[in-house]
Order: sequence, then C-alpha cells, then structure tokens
Amino acid sequence: MKKVGRFMGLFAALALLLVTMTACGSSKALSKQDVLKVDTNANTITWGVKADTKLFGLMNIKTSIDQGFEVDIAKALTKEILGKDGKAIFVPITSSTRVPLLRNGNIDAIIATMTITPERAKQVDFTRSYFNAGQSILVKKGSSIKSVKDLNKKGKVVIGVVGSNSVQNIGKFAPKAKLLQMSDYAQALTALKSGQGDALTTDNGILYGMSADNPGYVVVGGSFTQEPYGIAVNKGQTNFKNRINKALTAIEKDGTYNKILMKWFGNVQGFNYEEMKR
Amino acid sequence: MQTFIDAYSWLNLRYLLQGLWVTVEVSVISVILSFILGTILGVIRYSEIKYFSAIVGFVIDLIRNLPLLLIIFFTYFGLPNLGFKPPVIAAAIIAMTVFESMMIAEIVRSGIIAIDKGQMEGAQSNGIGYWTALRIVVLPQAMKNMVPALVSQFISLIKDTSLGTIIVLPEMMYHAQIIYGQNTNYIIPMFVALAVLYFIVCYALSLVGKYFERRLA
Amino acid sequence: MIHIFATEWQPLLQGFGQTLLCSIIALFFSLIIGTMFAIFEIMPNKAMRVIGNIYVEVFRNIPLLVITMFFFVVIPLYVVKISGFAAGTIGLTIYTSAFIAETVRAGIQSVDGGQMEGAQSNGLSFWQAMRHIILPQAFKIVIPPLGNQFINLVKNSSVLAFVAGFDLMYQGNMIANDTLQTMSTFFAVGILYLIITMPLSYYMRHLEKKLA
Repeated sequence: MKKVGRFMGLFAALALLLVTMTACGSSKALSKQDVLKVDTNANTITWGVKADTKLFGLMNIKTSIDQGFEVDIAKALTKEILGKDGKAIFVPITSSTRVPLLRNGNIDAIIATMTITPERAKQVDFTRSYFNAGQSILVKKGSSIKSVKDLNKKGKVVIGVVGSNSVQNIGKFAPKAKLLQMSDYAQALTALKSGQGDALTTDNGILYGMSADNPGYVVVGGSFTQEPYGIAVNKGQTNFKNRINKALTAIEKDGTYNKILMKWFGNVQGFNYEEMKR
Repeated sequence: MQTFIDAYSWLNLRYLLQGLWVTVEVSVISVILSFILGTILGVIRYSEIKYFSAIVGFVIDLIRNLPLLLIIFFTYFGLPNLGFKPPVIAAAIIAMTVFESMMIAEIVRSGIIAIDKGQMEGAQSNGIGYWTALRIVVLPQAMKNMVPALVSQFISLIKDTSLGTIIVLPEMMYHAQIIYGQNTNYIIPMFVALAVLYFIVCYALSLVGKYFERRLA
Repeated sequence: MIHIFATEWQPLLQGFGQTLLCSIIALFFSLIIGTMFAIFEIMPNKAMRVIGNIYVEVFRNIPLLVITMFFFVVIPLYVVKISGFAAGTIGLTIYTSAFIAETVRAGIQSVDGGQMEGAQSNGLSFWQAMRHIILPQAFKIVIPPLGNQFINLVKNSSVLAFVAGFDLMYQGNMIANDTLQTMSTFFAVGILYLIITMPLSYYMRHLEKKLA
C-alpha cells in the first residue's frame, strides 16, 4: 500500500511539473512584442527554413549555406520589408521544432513547405499562400496504378512523409488504402523501392525531383489536391503578417517572384511554369 | 555501385566526419560529467540519508523512465522559460548528462550493494569513518564489477546523441540526413557509413572497457 | 495537454498498445537470446566464445536504426515482405539481446569461479551447473543493470516510428504535425511512456529486494 502511495505521489508531482511548464510556455512576453517593430530596429528577420528538402530548402554541404526556392523568397521578402540592407538569418528547422522555435522567439517566421490548414491556423497565423503545391503519386514505371483512384482498394499501401498532409488527403481520395508515414523523403522512397508500398505520395515538386534522380519511377495522374504553402507567424502578430503579405504582392508584381520560380523549378521535368507563375 | 562511389565523395565524407566530431565532443563531455554526477547520486542513493536519499531516488526514477528524446526536447524548449536560453550543443550536453547520470547512479548503487556488507563493517570497526571506508574500500571494488554495465551505458550514450537531430544538433546522424537530402539514392550508402563509423567509435570504447575489466580483475 | 488526451485519445491509445506489444515481445525474446549468447561467451569451447563475442560486439556497437532499416528495406527485397512493426520488433530484439548478453556475462563472471568447478567435480554437467548453480546467482546480481536495459528497451521501441510501426512516438509525431501543438503532444506521449516504464522499474526493484 505504501508503494502505491509513493507511486501516486510521483504522478502528482509530475503532473504539477508539466502543468507549470506548459503554462509558462504559452504565456510568453515575446508574443506581446510587435515583431515587425523589433525586426525593423534590428534590421534583421530570422526565418525558419528546411535544410533537407531539395528545391525548397537544402543545406549546401560545401558552403554550409541553405539554398532553395523558399530561402530566395525569404531573402526577397526581407529586402522588400527592411530595404536593401535588410539582413535575413536562416535557422534550419524540423517538423518537431518549428512551432516551439517560433513560440520561444528563436525565429520570427516559418517558411518551410507548410500547408495552410484550418487545424493549424488555430495555433499560428498564416500569410497568403506563396506557392501552390499539389499532392501527386510516384510509382514504379509500368505499375498498374495510373492515378490516386487506383489506390482506393483494400490491400493497397500508400507511403507518405511526415510533415506533408497525406493523412487527410489519402483519407479523402483513397480511404480504403493503408497509409504508412515515413520520417523523411529519402526513407519514403527507399521504402517504396523495397516494396513496402504501392505508391508514394507527397507534394508534386518534391516527387518530380525524386523522379529525376530515379528514372525507374514516374509521377502519374497529375495532382489531386491543392496544397497552398503559407508563411507562419506567431498568433497575434497581425502587423508583421500584413507586412509580409504586402511584400509578397510587391515581389509578385515586380517579377522577382517569377525569376525565383524559374531559377528553381524551370528545369524540373513535369513542372508547369506557366501555370504556377504569378 | 556507382551510387556508393558518388555518395562517398570527399565532400560528403568530410561533412559526415564533421558530424562525427560533434558526436564525439558531446559524448565525451557527457560521459565525464555524467560519470561524476552519477557516482555521487548513486552513493547518496545507497547511503539512505534520511529524506534526502528518498528524494534523490524519486528524481532518479522519474528521469530514468522518460524517453531521452523528450528530455532533450524539453531541455531545449523548456529552459528558456526559466530565463536561460542554451545553444543547441549545450542543451544536448545538459540533457544527456542529466539523463545518463540517472542511469549511472542506478549502476553505481547496485555495484556497491553487490560488495560484501562485511567489508564496510570491517573497515568501520578498524576506525575508518563511513565516507572514507566507502571511498577507499568499497567504491574501488564496486567499480571493478560495474565496468561492463558502465561501458554498455556509455555505448548507448554515444548512439543516443543521434536523438539530438530533433533539435537540429549538427551531429553525425543529422549530417547524414542532409547528405541524403541532396540525393535520395544516397540513403543506403549513408546508413552503411553510419554503421561503420558508430561501430569504430563504440568498439574502441568496448575495448577500453575490456582492458579495464582485465586490469582490475 | 489534457486537450490532446481528450481529442486524440484514439491514435494515442493505439500507439500505446503497439509500444506495449512490441516491448513485451522484444523483452521476452531478447532475454532468452541474450542469456544464450552470454553463456556462449564463457563456454569452454573457443568457437562458441568467438561466435558469442562477435554477436555482442557487432549488434551492440551499431545504431538500432540501422539494424531496423536493414530489416525494413533490405529483407523485403530479397527474402520476405515484413511490416514496419515486425522489422522494428526484430531489430529491437537483436539490438537489446546484445546488451543483455553483455550484462548477463558480467553477472556470470562475478559469481565465484570455484563454484562451477565444484559443481562439475560433483558430477553435474556444464549446462546443469549453469542452470542450477551459476545463473540463479548471476541473475540476482544483474537485476539492477538488467532493469536499466529493460527500460532502455521500452524507450528504444520508438524506433518503430521510423518504419511506420504505429507506435506511441509515430502517433505523437502525426498529432504534433497536424495540430502543431508539439509541446503538449510530447508531454502526453511522455506520460504514456512513464505508464509503461514506471511499473517496470518498480517491479525490478521489488524483485531485487525479494532476491537479496
């Protein structure tokens, strides 16, 4: 009985610890500061970006500098907001760290292949979409699967990647299929190659990149969803959000956006530049 | 085959070795700190000091039973709430040290218990104080028995540094992920390289352990 | 955090079940396999000693993720298709058994060497002496480090998350990604792990006291 008592005490203490920590976590003085003002004074914006995603945000091993479409867009937005001398700092993030880093003030905004969803919009504020991805499927050449509809059968297995929206999408378009989520793109492709699934689903830009590296695998059926990528800022940072939206409109108008789009996706097979330019 | 040759370009290998360096750095510091802290905690736990030992025991159980991944995560994101914003490497070292100390404390406690009780009493009846007897009679003998368990724990520690990828610690596993992010085909060569490099480091530690085991026997 | 439990109890419960199942299977088999290799390591036969040694040093010193990935992506290509759960559980069993072998070996060797000789000169075979005289004493000594290994095992079962094994960590990642409530989700996951590991460590302590 004494043991049970000690056990309960342990749990009570733990629960208390957790509650205090979460309580501290949510009521941050940081979220009350106006990020736009702070950043303008410091002449710097800190962006959370991907470091392992080809075309969007990938660390260059030689130079240790992050490169990609999203990095260039963030640079252009920074120049637009802060002026020519404005500095953009890039912090590599993962899907587990992005929101806590934002909340703790380590980063000002997330620009990292993040699809705008209503569920997520409860936790962060999204800007207007800066890229309209769509999910497609990648299969082995000669596979009987021609589109997402062919996957809607019992026994079919679809491989997804943590971070993209595959759970909801496959649930909607192929509810009978089983979904396996892998932790990164390379692991997902390797699982597909070893026959752990019939198709791989994620955002089409990434799939085209995989297909280019692996000629035996093709993207089929076009995209079956809309995945608007948005920039996330802390809840309540309305000034900052509006300023980013305004800057986004500006770089779309002056052609900077299209230049960056062309630079990263112009040579990607299957990518429709005309459809995506703004 | 060509994939392996491409994947093992000097540029990639150098990047992987830079990651290995961080892995070793974090491991060595954590091993040293957690060995010291763990021994102290283990002795306290053994000594049955009123209330104090019970509280220490409670903390040991609590931390030991949580996944290290979460401890790393909460160290990095929780400490800023207490007014201290650690850099990634410091957060990883703090989390590893705290966690591994608890594991080591448990090993040390059981190592002392396994030593014949009579020795402690004998030493004390010869006029040596409790703490001195513990330090010069019991602990050295206990250490001898503990070597295999300690080495196993340190091997776990080295590999557990890879959990630091969750907070973007630039260690070997994270660097491997960046490399196979460049080309998805590099994943298998990278996993082979990881296996070999971790093996070299851990096996070296294992040999050192075997050496001590023989020497102390 | 309470909110996460309220809305996401279904995947969390499923993850809890998978983690528990994987842990129990892996614990059972790694204890048997580990003890077997520990005995190999101290057998008079040199070939057996070498086999035992190689097994322990190889599997103890490479990352669990690599072993698991091998079963998940290489075995299906050449041998048989296995699920992520099976691949993870097999990987975890092999990995942990190497650690258990090392722990048990140390325990056997700390039992006085004269006992084996004594038992054998009294007409017991190597295996009989091992089973009735040496192992019971060795296990008594190694319970605390063995407890450490068991707890490590439960927590290492999170390797299933990397091979879509639908365990606690996998579900936690899913929920955190959908809701963006990373901190609270991980708190919830941590508590569910504690529900498995806490009683386990208390049981080991109880066993230690009982046998002492």
